[in-house]
Amino acid sequence: MKRITVTVNGVAHEKNVEERELLVYFLRDALGLTGTNVGCDTSSCGACTIHLDGESVKSCTLLAVQADGAEVTTIEGLANGSMHPMQTAFQQHHGLQCGYCTPGMVMAAVSFLNENPSPSDDEIRHGLEGNLCRCTGYHNIVKAVAAVAAGEVS
Amino acid sequence: MATTERPAPSIGQRKLRKEDPELLTGSSRYVDDITVPGMLWAVMVRSPFAHATIGGIDTSAAESAEGVFAVHTAATLELGALVMAWPINDECKAPPHNPLTSDKARYVGDPVAVVVADTKEHAIDAAEMVVVDWQPLPAVTDIKKALEPGAPIIHDDLGTNDAGSWIMSRDSPAPVRNPSGPYFDDPELVKIKEEYYLARLIPNAMEPRGVVVDVNASMGEYTVFSSTQIPHILRTTLAITCGVPEAKLRVVAPDVGGGFGSKLEAYPEDAICLGLAKLHGRPIKWTEERSEGYVATLHGREMYQQIELAATKDGVLKAVRVKLWASMGAHMRIITPGIPMLGAWLYQGCYDVEGYDFEYTNVFTNNTFTDAYRGAGRPEATYAIERAMDALARTLDMDPVALRRKNFIATERFPNYTIASGLTIDSANYHGTLDKCLEMLDYEGFRADQVANRASGDTKVIGVGFSTWLEMCGIAPSRVLAALKYIAGGWDAATVEFMPTGTVRVLTGVSPHGQGEVTTFAQIVADQLGVDFEDVEVLHGDTQVVPLGLDTYGSRGLSVGGVALFKAGEKVLAKARTIAAHELECSEDDLEFAGGNFTVKGTDKSANIKALGFSAWSAHNLPDGMEPGLTATALYDPPNFSWPNGAHACVVEVDTETGAVKILRFVAVDDCGVRINPNIIEGQLHGGIAQGIAEALYEEATYDEEGNLQQGTMTTYMVPGAPELPTFELGHTVTPSPTNPLGVKGVGEAGTIAAPPAVINAIVDALSHLGVTNVERPATPERVWSAIQGAKR
Amino acid sequence: MIPAKFDYEVAESVDHALELLRTRDDAKLIAGGHSLLPLMKLRLASPATLIDVGRLKGLRGVRDGGDHLAIGALTRHNDLNRDPLANQHCPLLAYAAGLVGDPQVRHRGTIGGSLAHGDPASDLPTACLALDATIVAQGPNGERSIPASAFFNGFFDTALGDDEIITEIRVAKNGAAGWSYLKFRQRALDWATVGVAAVVEGSNGTVGTARIALTNMGQTPLRASATEAALSGAPRDAVKQAADKADEGTDPPADTWASSDFRRHLVKVLTKRAVEEALSR
Repeated sequence: MKRITVTVNGVAHEKNVEERELLVYFLRDALGLTGTNVGCDTSSCGACTIHLDGESVKSCTLLAVQADGAEVTTIEGLANGSMHPMQTAFQQHHGLQCGYCTPGMVMAAVSFLNENPSPSDDEIRHGLEGNLCRCTGYHNIVKAVAAVAAGEVS
Repeated sequence: MATTERPAPSIGQRKLRKEDPELLTGSSRYVDDITVPGMLWAVMVRSPFAHATIGGIDTSAAESAEGVFAVHTAATLELGALVMAWPINDECKAPPHNPLTSDKARYVGDPVAVVVADTKEHAIDAAEMVVVDWQPLPAVTDIKKALEPGAPIIHDDLGTNDAGSWIMSRDSPAPVRNPSGPYFDDPELVKIKEEYYLARLIPNAMEPRGVVVDVNASMGEYTVFSSTQIPHILRTTLAITCGVPEAKLRVVAPDVGGGFGSKLEAYPEDAICLGLAKLHGRPIKWTEERSEGYVATLHGREMYQQIELAATKDGVLKAVRVKLWASMGAHMRIITPGIPMLGAWLYQGCYDVEGYDFEYTNVFTNNTFTDAYRGAGRPEATYAIERAMDALARTLDMDPVALRRKNFIATERFPNYTIASGLTIDSANYHGTLDKCLEMLDYEGFRADQVANRASGDTKVIGVGFSTWLEMCGIAPSRVLAALKYIAGGWDAATVEFMPTGTVRVLTGVSPHGQGEVTTFAQIVADQLGVDFEDVEVLHGDTQVVPLGLDTYGSRGLSVGGVALFKAGEKVLAKARTIAAHELECSEDDLEFAGGNFTVKGTDKSANIKALGFSAWSAHNLPDGMEPGLTATALYDPPNFSWPNGAHACVVEVDTETGAVKILRFVAVDDCGVRINPNIIEGQLHGGIAQGIAEALYEEATYDEEGNLQQGTMTTYMVPGAPELPTFELGHTVTPSPTNPLGVKGVGEAGTIAAPPAVINAIVDALSHLGVTNVERPATPERVWSAIQGAKR
Repeated sequence: MIPAKFDYEVAESVDHALELLRTRDDAKLIAGGHSLLPLMKLRLASPATLIDVGRLKGLRGVRDGGDHLAIGALTRHNDLNRDPLANQHCPLLAYAAGLVGDPQVRHRGTIGGSLAHGDPASDLPTACLALDATIVAQGPNGERSIPASAFFNGFFDTALGDDEIITEIRVAKNGAAGWSYLKFRQRALDWATVGVAAVVEGSNGTVGTARIALTNMGQTPLRASATEAALSGAPRDAVKQAADKADEGTDPPADTWASSDFRRHLVKVLTKRAVEEALSR
């Protein structure tokens, strides 16, 4: 066991964790933040994407102990009680169906726009290359991200 | 009575989904999000061999491992066989499939034992300590090799891997118009014969499967939370396998992260978890790892196809003859043997032929069972006929579009035209969808570009491929299913109830998991009953809340469940009309209904339906003998399938030096009848086309000589990402179905059914000047490059 | 998927990391963890101890070393991809870093980790090989410099000792040379089926020198020596002929993406294109 302090969605948590505990299970099981999903076991699908110190990462490929001292944002903390423009855009453009990839997709998209605020559609597609969706064919997800970049969503 | 403002029409509007806010903010609840006090974790011990007898199982080390509660094998966890619901005919061989195997493993991943522990970590650690005395046997995973003499036998008692054939001329309840033989014997006709292999596919719903069983031990009651498309069917199958009365069994499909057929199943793990909960009186949880799911969750498609066409020299298609050999994998699961049959009548496409024959043979192999995967039988049929039409066009030196047009079933034949294979198409306008597709594509412009491209000598060449498709979905009526030997029916149910406050509660027997019926069904009810869209709440996916239903698969949600809903709404309206007449002291015939208000004709006297709902609930002043409550349930058994259709065109660029294929455009014009919510229809098409492109270009599950899956994780199984897929160009026509009062047809599988042949036809078209006539799918760079090299020789 | 149990130590300094490596049995360094953790989750790797060097901030970033760039071993792929110095003086490396994995992987994965992993299908080892990079390692006997050409010993096997840690990668500034990295794969998130890195100097219609390295064409990243020799001083229209030698001395794998023979074909096509692209820059 190791004792770690992680700030999640603005709240500091000090917890004992087993060394082998993955960050995603720490978030889901220890903190009850089940909005972050697990879709694979090979860092392929991106469903577990969160922000670690402001950047998108796959929380299934990080140990909780590696996040000691870090700031984490999950889908639950992206907006305070309402919806972030990216979340609003996903609804307006029907960028989700079953919703399972959605939290990771939204977190990846927000991080992507932080780095590249005015992307082309092709850049958006590559910016989301680490997130798989089986429902939407990505068409409406790309539209949603483009709409946020264009400032069409508040 | 005061009148309220008439709500704006809802059907046809791009209503934003009611489902979305919780899914977008992480408030969703999937099975893996569910924790029950006192819960134990189950982890399966699976066979690492494709075929091996079990000499013995030593569970002692695992039993004494940290945190372990119990370890069970088939000997200590008593369960019946899993339910198989489609014994297609008397020939059909379906040996009992037990949740835990005891004699031998028949595929890599076959579960042999289950470890139950206090945490998932401890269960995983202990599962590695279960020692199985495996005695490996030779394995066979190839369909054709499995039928050869001397092949390893998967089910010893059968003495063969041939699981039986289904022959249309013998087994179909619908008579074929003419046998195909005389046409193929006619020397005046041109014949072609094409053979295709459709790779095995892994569905890859983004949410892995999972199950949580909660126990009320004193009452003998169980609640099964399962990542399933079929809570109602699962309730029945689990009752049979686990010996729990249905009345004591509640199955809940909470938020379900996609299905595509992979969650239309009676799986070993659900039964094992319920069996464990029953035996130990403790809640049990199991969740699937993705790589575990690749061997434990059903696969789709794999088959060899042989299709023959006979046509006149000027391109009039006269007859179609088809033979299939389909991989069952190691077991018959819930509808495995019937999957190829779901395409049986569609190998003639939307072409008006005279002669028709179809048959298929089911084959056991040492790999994961196959079953319904998006489209189930119909993508296979569409692929064969649409590829074969291009082959015929090449043989006759005709334009593939002209050949299709020449053979379309004429629009004047509809409604309700019985085709050569024996079923009756409700309605269609095949020329209409194709016209629109060609216009959006600028077909002539493309051909000019292609000529210029070829003349330039560019090593990157372009091509276009078409798929003018149809399908049958919303499978019904039940009496037809009976004739096809399917055990269950094809109806669905809905309840519409006015609550005292004026909101409407809708219960639907379909079980959406991404399709958006919470929204589209609210639109239907809002318009039908004249209430606000926001005032309609649709509940589903819990057998205790919605006792009646047959769930979601086969593009049936709207065309069966939605119509049941409309029928329930009609009953509610009729009762409301009676109450209104009573309150307004007039005859029912004197009432007009519009915008939620019953108005006495020619007066301003009216009653709003919400108020009538309150009257029915308070029951203070109802007509004599009337039951209180403004609620009605309807069960609807459709008189026919629904028959959507469309025309898809794919434009590709092929790098002839590397074999890489890039999709430049994908134009799809579809007709699913009346459109309730265009956003949702387009979303279904986008996703369906993406899966169709995926199976054409990327995805396949292959096995090595020992029967090991070679794409064992998401790093090697090629689910495409955003960069691999194009922006889709969609158009539509609207040809209402005459079968149902909403005029709707299914759309959930359309894209997946339509897209694959369009993609492959485009690649072959791009390479046609090099002599290429076929590229095996998925058309990987190596396959495309090899096809070019083969054509050069 | 849950890794088997292990101990976890945070290295406070390079010396501390070296001490931990010396004193712990079966220890592995972890930086971003994007090569090691997936293997541990599948239980294909089960080290007894993980030594987290991810907090050694001093090893992160790109420094101008005069005639070369000094890239800290813990520089993440995304930072390298966006680094102004790297883009100015070593664009091949910056570009290749942007093709590794996906954005989330690039936010965590480090150049030192990638090199130490020694995966012949990875992009950065190939780029470093084409650039004649120098890998600087610290060990119990102090610092040593290993040329990239001597670093990759075999399949997932490098010249780095069990008791050593990579601290820096030094790469000569690009100067006027043209460059290219072509990564052939079916999906953007895949490893290279085949990759070709080319650094080419040309003048007046002839090729001067060419350094060409190949991804996923054998047990290690490889130099296409026969092509390099054929290109040296050759006229520009000889590129195809030279590229046709790109598979000489390679031993490409066969897997679900491509057969060995198809890789041999692809590497010739990609080498031709990479050299032509480099000459055009």
